[in-house]
Amino acid sequence: MLFKIIATVIYLAILSFLAYSGFKGTKNASDYLVGGRQIHPVIMALSYGATFISTSAIVGFGGNAGLFGMSLLWLTFLNIFVGVFIAFVFFGKRTRKMGLNLDAHTFPELLGQRYQSKFIQGFSSILIFLIMPVYTAAVLKGGVEFMATTFQLNYDVTLFFLILILAVFVSMGGMKGVMYGDAFQAIIMFFGMAALIIVVYLQLGGIVSANEKLTALASNPVAMEQMVGKTPPGFQGWTSMPVFNSPLWWTVVSSIVMGVGIGVLAQPQLVVRFMTVKSNRELNRAVVSGGVFILFMTGAAFTVGALSNVLFFEKFGQVAVTYAGGSDKIIPSLITEFLPSWFSTIFMLALLAAALSTLTSLFHAIGTSFGRDFFEKTLGMKKNSLIVTRIGVIIAILITAMLAFVAPRIEETDGLIVMGTSIFFGLCGAAFLPSYVGAIYFRNISRKAAISSICTGAFVCLFWLFFIHSKAAKTIGLCPALFGKDNLLVDTALAKLSQIDSIMIALPISVIVIVVVGILTKNQADKAHADKCFDGVK
Amino acid sequence: MVLGIPDFWIWSVFILCFLSTLLCVVYGLINWNKGADKEPTQMEEHKDWEEKQEKIIEEEGL
Repeated sequence: MLFKIIATVIYLAILSFLAYSGFKGTKNASDYLVGGRQIHPVIMALSYGATFISTSAIVGFGGNAGLFGMSLLWLTFLNIFVGVFIAFVFFGKRTRKMGLNLDAHTFPELLGQRYQSKFIQGFSSILIFLIMPVYTAAVLKGGVEFMATTFQLNYDVTLFFLILILAVFVSMGGMKGVMYGDAFQAIIMFFGMAALIIVVYLQLGGIVSANEKLTALASNPVAMEQMVGKTPPGFQGWTSMPVFNSPLWWTVVSSIVMGVGIGVLAQPQLVVRFMTVKSNRELNRAVVSGGVFILFMTGAAFTVGALSNVLFFEKFGQVAVTYAGGSDKIIPSLITEFLPSWFSTIFMLALLAAALSTLTSLFHAIGTSFGRDFFEKTLGMKKNSLIVTRIGVIIAILITAMLAFVAPRIEETDGLIVMGTSIFFGLCGAAFLPSYVGAIYFRNISRKAAISSICTGAFVCLFWLFFIHSKAAKTIGLCPALFGKDNLLVDTALAKLSQIDSIMIALPISVIVIVVVGILTKNQADKAHADKCFDGVK
Repeated sequence: MVLGIPDFWIWSVFILCFLSTLLCVVYGLINWNKGADKEPTQMEEHKDWEEKQEKIIEEEGL
């Protein structure tokens, strides 16, 4: 325990030093918002990766892989191919140049300036300010649970200390402090996860032998008996896809793989990172470290999560979810039961790093939405936007803390981390992705088309979450309170639709709206403004 | 059965994860030094600065 405390203190001391360096280097709003557009490519890639990957990805989704199996590796593939390659090469370069042309410092500001719409900037910033805390709370819950288990502390006490540390770091450091801290934390995460996958594969006799044991476990009647009722119908084993078109198939493919895999492209806290580098060369270089980093994060987490079933079953005669008592507890139990204590210290720091790096970036994004986008640009209040942003950060931290405080008190808490993440990624994808693609690729998209798409995407997505999606609607509780049933489709012929994630419905509708309204209002696009936006964009 | 995994959709994604990482690495290395052009605004600023300097030198006869 003493070793753990010393390691944590050293880690926090280094992080404080980096936040202080960022604080010293933050002289104006541009430094605070986009790091003065002079961030080193490796720092940018690691910061992007560390922000992208949180405790939610490792503990929440890793635990889900322990429950559902290796089908979650499709999410890893999308994380690398869409979340890094497509994002950097096809979105990042255009975003960086257009952000510079328009002097945009945040994602809502980029959309607002591109479409010359204060409404877009204001609406996007409010949406981010209200919905991002759901994801932030999911990440925070994952971090707090792990810290509390490691230090044998009370959940609420751990939450209080973590919030205190976060408040100081984010409100002080700005984007530079956040990104320096992210890069340092990414290195710890990389070594922690690389060591984890190597140790687990070695314990199980190598890649082929370990995978074969996991495959064989699905033929063991005792193990499969324990899985009954643990997953939606359709489970066929940890090295097989769920039965096509079964409820589990829809959960894995629509909510987890597509929702999170595609939604990543329109994440405000990630998009803003493209605007922190000075040229496309930095983005080209960042692709290398970004790709490798993500493989070792979600790739390792999902593989280890699935393989943990063999370890738990061989030692305790129970599959992972049964032994751990819930999917969110699989990864923490694996670390405690099967890995040496020195490793659990490294892994604990890696997870703390994953949580803090994502949280600081999310709070930074929420704060800038509040200060820069809403107060300064939408309401036109120019005075002290940095102070208002810092106040925004503090409010965001308080809202998140409240949600994370309430989270363990909700009845059905298992899988809450994954749900919070999916909701936010899905909403960002549905509301922002079509207008974001339109902004950086199509000169003739009008303001009306963008507004219609953002509003429709957000509205359909939220309606689906509150009233249709079986798990979300039930957990949120508004539908049961108003209509007395878990979701509006229950006991109807369309009941199966309630398994489908909101992004699968809201995103296509949002795309149709922007295409149709875009064609109808093609002549309303401002050609001179489009020339300014696309100057040098290729 | 590939890599101890019987399902085509699982072993293929196992391999796809590595291939997509390889794509990122190869793309990044091939384009390592590309895209470093100075921003037009920076170049214009530099040009303006040079012109001003030349004017000052001419005026002051340095």
